[in-house]
Amino acid sequence: MLVGAIVPIALLVAWQLIVMLHLIPAYRLPSPLSVLNAGVDLSNRGLLGIDVAISTQRVLIGFTIGSTVGLIVAAVVGLSGFGSRLLSPTLGAIRAVPSLAWVPLLGLYLGINEDSKVVLIAIGAFFPVYTTVSGALRHVNPQLVEAGRAYGFGGLRLLRLVQLPAVVPSVISGLRLALAQSWLFLVAGELLGASLGLGYLLVDSQQTGRIDRLFLTIILLGVLGKATDALIGLLERYLLKRWG
Amino acid sequence: MRLDAVARSFDGTRNVLRDINLDIAPGEIVALIGASGSGKSTLLRQVSGLDRPDAGTVTIDGTPLVGVDQRCAVAFQEPRLLPWRSVAHNVEVGLPRGIGRAHGRARVAELLELVQLSDSAHLRPSQISGGMAQRAALARALARGPGVLLLDEPFGALDALTRLTMQDLLLEIHAAVPATILFVTHDVEEALYLADRVVLLGVESGYPPHSGAVIRSVVPVPGTRPRDRARSSLSHLRASLLEGLGVPTHHPAHTF
Ligand SMILES: Nc1ncnc2c1ncn2[C@@H]1O[C@H](COP(=O)(O)OP(=O)(O)OP(=O)(O)O)[C@@H](O)[C@H]1O
Ligand SMILES: [Mg+2]
Repeated sequence: MLVGAIVPIALLVAWQLIVMLHLIPAYRLPSPLSVLNAGVDLSNRGLLGIDVAISTQRVLIGFTIGSTVGLIVAAVVGLSGFGSRLLSPTLGAIRAVPSLAWVPLLGLYLGINEDSKVVLIAIGAFFPVYTTVSGALRHVNPQLVEAGRAYGFGGLRLLRLVQLPAVVPSVISGLRLALAQSWLFLVAGELLGASLGLGYLLVDSQQTGRIDRLFLTIILLGVLGKATDALIGLLERYLLKRWG
Repeated sequence: MRLDAVARSFDGTRNVLRDINLDIAPGEIVALIGASGSGKSTLLRQVSGLDRPDAGTVTIDGTPLVGVDQRCAVAFQEPRLLPWRSVAHNVEVGLPRGIGRAHGRARVAELLELVQLSDSAHLRPSQISGGMAQRAALARALARGPGVLLLDEPFGALDALTRLTMQDLLLEIHAAVPATILFVTHDVEEALYLADRVVLLGVESGYPPHSGAVIRSVVPVPGTRPRDRARSSLSHLRASLLEGLGVPTHHPAHTF
């Protein structure tokens, strides 16, 4: 924890030094203080809180939907040979589409509103979960599965006894990737059409030349991403305590 | 338990078992020996219902086997413990269904005591030795109080001393509740000490290796248990079984 703080503090000091020594002009690199002031200013006017809230809400809803569907589809594909033969070629093809290619289409179908952004984020969250979890389910040690069967376990009971605990680590890393992907898709969606949210704030700041706000938003995105990732860390601790 | 003309082959061409006929009386202990790869584990899998023979039938108590039979309990060649469960919770997996919680816990504690693992009950499989894991797997198999106990090299990973203790333990359990036991071993000594009959599995001489193993011989072991481990009267049996395994003894039998 303390060791991990060394590099950010050093970066902050270096940043301040560069500004103080005028190594880079201020219109290119705002001072740490001015970034802080930009944040205070925006939040005093009640704008920053809304942007943060709406973006976080979009990510959480999209991530929840995408990763839940991802887990269900992964179970079907990973556990049943028929499910795999039926679905994995199609899903593989859809995954091959660069996900940002969906943005214009979603905009057209669902309008530039909440739905389109949430769907986009859900798509982004779906694939990491689906890919890691279905792969892990397929590779659960067949000897353990057989041992479960030998002791009279089958169907859902076998799933609870062997397969689910065996894939817990993959579920966690799938969720981690999915969350990172959700933030990525949030920004992409908001950059391309939004009137609120951190992505919108990025576009707006660029157009108005407010480099301090740009820095502020980038830092905020990093902090928010890290904070939501910590939630997954809590889930991980809980799951590994039971099944680690 | 009866095996009637049981055969199993893989990939259509590789015959592993061919025409296996074996009758085992209730409460009998039968040792299965044979060279590595001769199909001992495969034969056990047919009896446990985990695998289905290509031909022939397995019947237990007069009823043919369909799928995994709850009257059987298996201890595999590998311990196959679930790595995320403690030793005690792994043994719990073997309990018969519908047993009450408290009753089940008491039974697990009793079994762990029996295989001398009470002190390690809370440890994970990765934290115990190979021999301890094998004992845990044995406890798991015993947990359901099975009518038929199928053991694939149950004492293979144990050190010599624990091995003897566990052999005696198995006999004690058997004396108390006489299950039918079919066990695989590489150890002729062990087979002669534990079993009523020793079954030698192997490819008949003069046949190609992929023609499938048959029962080469069934050797009744004289004497009632508990037996003296150093009985010299069995030395001729020992020599002939070793010979059957392809280990030429070169010694006159009586020097054993
Ligand atoms: N699922 C399977 N698919 C293909 N071949 C198999 C399968 N299971 C077993 N075999 C083959 O059957 C043969 C016998 O295997 P088995 O495990 O029964 O031998 P074993 O007598 O138990 O040997 P060991 O003493 O080394 O444990 C081997 O040649 C093996 O390759
Ligand atoms: Mg074997």
